[in-house]
Amino acid sequence: MKPFSYTRAESVRDAVAALMANPQAQLLAGGTNLIDLIKYDVAEPEAVIDINRLPLKEIVELPDGGLRIGALVSNSAVAYDPRVKQHFPLLSSAILAGASPQLRNAATTGGNLLQRTRCYYFYDPASPCNKRDPGSGCPAIGGLNRIHAILGASDACIAVHPSDMCVALAALDATVEVEGPDGAREIGFADFHRLPGDGPDRDNTLRRGEIVTGVRLEANHFAGHHTYLKLRDRLSYAFALVSVAAAVQVADGRFVEVRVALGGVAHKPWRDPLAEAEFAGAPAGEETFIRLADRLLAGAEGRGHNDFKIPLAHRAIVRALRQAVSGHPQDQTVKAIQ
Amino acid sequence: MDTPRAQSGLPTSSLILDINGIAQTVEVHPWTTLLDLLRSELELTGTKKGCDHGQCGACTVLIDGERINSCLKLAVTLDGAEITTIEGLGTPGDMHPLQRAFVEHDAFQCGYCTPGQICSAVGLINEGHAQGRDEIRELMSGNLCRCGAYTNIADAIEEVLSAQAGTPQREAAE
Repeated sequence: MKPFSYTRAESVRDAVAALMANPQAQLLAGGTNLIDLIKYDVAEPEAVIDINRLPLKEIVELPDGGLRIGALVSNSAVAYDPRVKQHFPLLSSAILAGASPQLRNAATTGGNLLQRTRCYYFYDPASPCNKRDPGSGCPAIGGLNRIHAILGASDACIAVHPSDMCVALAALDATVEVEGPDGAREIGFADFHRLPGDGPDRDNTLRRGEIVTGVRLEANHFAGHHTYLKLRDRLSYAFALVSVAAAVQVADGRFVEVRVALGGVAHKPWRDPLAEAEFAGAPAGEETFIRLADRLLAGAEGRGHNDFKIPLAHRAIVRALRQAVSGHPQDQTVKAIQ
Repeated sequence: MDTPRAQSGLPTSSLILDINGIAQTVEVHPWTTLLDLLRSELELTGTKKGCDHGQCGACTVLIDGERINSCLKLAVTLDGAEITTIEGLGTPGDMHPLQRAFVEHDAFQCGYCTPGQICSAVGLINEGHAQGRDEIRELMSGNLCRCGAYTNIADAIEEVLSAQAGTPQREAAE
């Protein structure tokens, strides 16, 4: 690792001030992504600001039945929290589908939101990459792109966001709480991560000096009707090729509400609320599942090696909707897909 | 690992760590990982460096009782923490039940991943989320074994887990 200075922030205000004082500073929480990126010389902070001792480690129940998860609550602590398991089992399931127990013990909620893509070219400083080095080009376009985006990509970048947790948070319409030099503000989950456009170096809409302080979830009506279905090259400890978070509300055999978020297919967790809204009132059966999958993937574009993701995502959406409607979410221990 | 940069003139930090039950004061550079501190500075070479990128689990140790990848943890962040490595679990004359079970079940070939596997299994049992074999296999997925001793590793852990639960595994899973 290249040398950097180290300071420990004593308060959120401290951390914000340190970020404002040095544009080359980076915050360190669990470190499971940042330390790795520093080892590869992909991240080269001059200063590392340790925020691990900030008081952002609580999960708090909100009056409306929701939860506020502090930015430093570990992925394990969220996944196994009895309130999360009871009221937001989709979130628990998605977290347990990702990484390994060791990584989940270290990784934090805020850090999960801010993890960088696993694009091979981004990780290789010898390669051009518009995300790592703006303007240098994108070798994944026309190169090895098996793991890359089929939705929302641009001529500058076809990388995908690697998180499982964020796919569930997208389906649950979470709110991201941030604090910066101008005070606190909230960002709707759909607006937190960005599509690449012509600025793929920016993964999200955080402003300079802002720090994620927590994630808020509102009570929902999905009860047992949800699933997180993740498809990957091996059954555990691998990033998604395609994943689907589905949450539905069904009455009299018809959808009252249907939400589908996709992982592994775009620069951000992919949702299409307009398409979802068209299916409110539709019969909650196989034919609707297929039409919804068609609709969600209408704009999908393969790049060669990742062409397989389009039919894979289609089948995964249909299967996930079947699991959600039937009330049999995907088991994250026994991975057989029912 | 530290030699070239120790000459860089950048400051070091002084920390107190409880390592295997012994409080130690150590001086580290900000970029020294817990893994490099253990192996290169403290000569606790039982903890192995496999991939050094959080992809293999060979470097698994326990921090305050929780298993983590020591290759992705900066030592400087851990002031005051309790670290347990394979050296702190048992000795050849007084092995930890998991160490004994790994020997009895021949749960390794080359042995390189074994300290990480055993520390991870201690963490798994502490966490209390595994009741049966399927859960053991899933919750040990962060530890790769390139010799492919997985069946025997799962046997060893299952035996210790069952003994600690005081019930046969199949009943406990129900």
